[in-house]
Amino acid sequence: MHNFLDFEKPIAELEGKIEELRHLSDSGDMNIAEEVTKLQGKADRLLRQTYARLTAWQKSQVARHPDRPHFRHYIEQLVDDFTPLAGDRAFAEDAAIVGGIGRFRGYSVMVIGQEKGSDTHARVKHNFGMARPEGYRKAQRLMEMADRFGLPLITLVDTAGAYPGIGAEERGQSQAIARSIEVSLGMKVPVISVIIGEGGSGGAIALASANSVIMLEHSIYSVISPEGCASILWRSGDQAKEAAEALKLTAQDLKKLGVIDEVVAEPLGGAHRGADTTITAVGDVVERLLVEMRRKDGTVLKQQRRDKFLGMGQKGLS
Amino acid sequence: MNWIANFVRPKIRALVNKPDVPDNLWEKCPSCEQMVFHRELDANLRVCPHCNHHLRISARQRLEWLFDDGEFKVIELPETLADPLKFRDRKRYTDRLKEAQAKNEDKEAIVVAHGEIGGSSVVLAAFNFSFMGGSMGMAVGEGLLAAARLAVLQDAALIVVPASGGARMQEGILSLMQMPRSVIAVDLVKEAGLPYIVLLSDPTTGGVSASFAMLGDIAIAEPGATIGFAGKRVIEETIRETLPEGFQRSEYLLDHGMVDMVVPRQELKVTLGRVLNLLSVKSPSAEIVPLPGTEDIAVEVEAEAEVEAETSQETAENGKGEPEDGKTE
Repeated sequence: MHNFLDFEKPIAELEGKIEELRHLSDSGDMNIAEEVTKLQGKADRLLRQTYARLTAWQKSQVARHPDRPHFRHYIEQLVDDFTPLAGDRAFAEDAAIVGGIGRFRGYSVMVIGQEKGSDTHARVKHNFGMARPEGYRKAQRLMEMADRFGLPLITLVDTAGAYPGIGAEERGQSQAIARSIEVSLGMKVPVISVIIGEGGSGGAIALASANSVIMLEHSIYSVISPEGCASILWRSGDQAKEAAEALKLTAQDLKKLGVIDEVVAEPLGGAHRGADTTITAVGDVVERLLVEMRRKDGTVLKQQRRDKFLGMGQKGLS
Repeated sequence: MNWIANFVRPKIRALVNKPDVPDNLWEKCPSCEQMVFHRELDANLRVCPHCNHHLRISARQRLEWLFDDGEFKVIELPETLADPLKFRDRKRYTDRLKEAQAKNEDKEAIVVAHGEIGGSSVVLAAFNFSFMGGSMGMAVGEGLLAAARLAVLQDAALIVVPASGGARMQEGILSLMQMPRSVIAVDLVKEAGLPYIVLLSDPTTGGVSASFAMLGDIAIAEPGATIGFAGKRVIEETIRETLPEGFQRSEYLLDHGMVDMVVPRQELKVTLGRVLNLLSVKSPSAEIVPLPGTEDIAVEVEAEAEVEAETSQETAENGKGEPEDGKTE
């Protein structure tokens, strides 16, 4: 039923057993029903224990879980009348980044984010959420439009990183990212970013130069992927576990470092075991922040955003 | 004692230590592999006289060769948290830092100085590639911010010369945060109406290229420099194709519209001076022409200005002469 991660094996085994017993219990045996309840309790406990102390590497796996809710799911549940807007007006439409206007809990907003895709067809269409320069230039266009119409900007970040390819380099991947950061920092409307899964380096910060950056409990945000870091500093990708630990890429560590503002709890067993609850929880926090920020003047919002980034780096981890 | 110190000790030292053989008088060009005499190489601004390859240079050399008469003032950079993540890979980050500091003249990967180029006031921030690959962590970010603030204060142009592999992994997310922070630095300068010029040198990649380095009003690249976002190996592994000739080199970027010009090292100073002059001196050289019918006022203003100049000169001199708590009234 679920896609289980390697560290979830004991849980998977238990749930498999429960499933088997349920089949048997169709014959109406009371003892089996009792056994099922017992096992279910055990499975839940195990799940709770496992998820209460996920390592940085395990969180990286949860953050990349194929069943984790993606951009599309958030839009479907939180945004009415979502109207996607396509193209950078210069070269192409890049579906790795989706953006558009819509109504979020009564407020007209601009929403931009990476879409990873949930099946093979969608993954290919959205290039696994790895944007090319066109994607970032579309984002800039939409940011500028939001600014002009006074629409708050909500970004949902979920990417392994910007796409590394020949064409992407030729068309200025660096410049596209740099400029996205610049445009976002200059906005005179509320900018709220949510890291819903993977916050991969430059590809993520391009959409996360916000007034408030919030992260889901088991999402990650990092300067480089654990694998990439391991292959450079440990000279072997096998040390990804150690690298994940060293990079301090979990929502909890980043909150301590003062890099993000808030952590949103995920349901037991991660967002993929309760997409609706997760998305509603994100919506609640975004709404609260939006209401607070909407009262503020545009220049104040811009200055606040600046000050927030300028103030970073005062706190280390003990 | 004197005899021991002056005579015996050097003798022993001479026996123990090998005599100082200058083994670095000749350098091999990393591109054409020809041997070049070090003085000739330096006289040529470390550009190979055989193949025109631009060798990497230190931040200090950059400052010396760009500022007028090689004169400039280096500013002290703000202290930042050392090792905020307590990072450790095969080595401790603090040890890597110490090593880098031991083999470098400067404490971090960036040096900020001010002076003049072609007569224009300039604040220049130059990277040291030899300091942990010129990687951008908190200290570099602070350095860029300090440079930008100084430029605004002095009404000077900001020139940044990156030579960097990208963000410093050992400072994790805080290095990534230097991307928006450095962009803010750039915007401080731009908002003050001052020129921001980037001189892309070898290499400018990763988080450095994807932030302040690609936002110059004018982007100049040194010949043959590697400039790009993703590393060549990463791209090759992703697309499983060999990369085109000259990929991610300055000339390639020029062809694709990503930089304004590729300028040889020997011509950089003149080019920068000219550009700065064009961006700041906007009309024919200043000459006060009175408006018709206001000649008298103009004369008065001039006279007033003269008086003011005289007084301020006096004050300055008084200031020098008065030792009393250095205050000038």
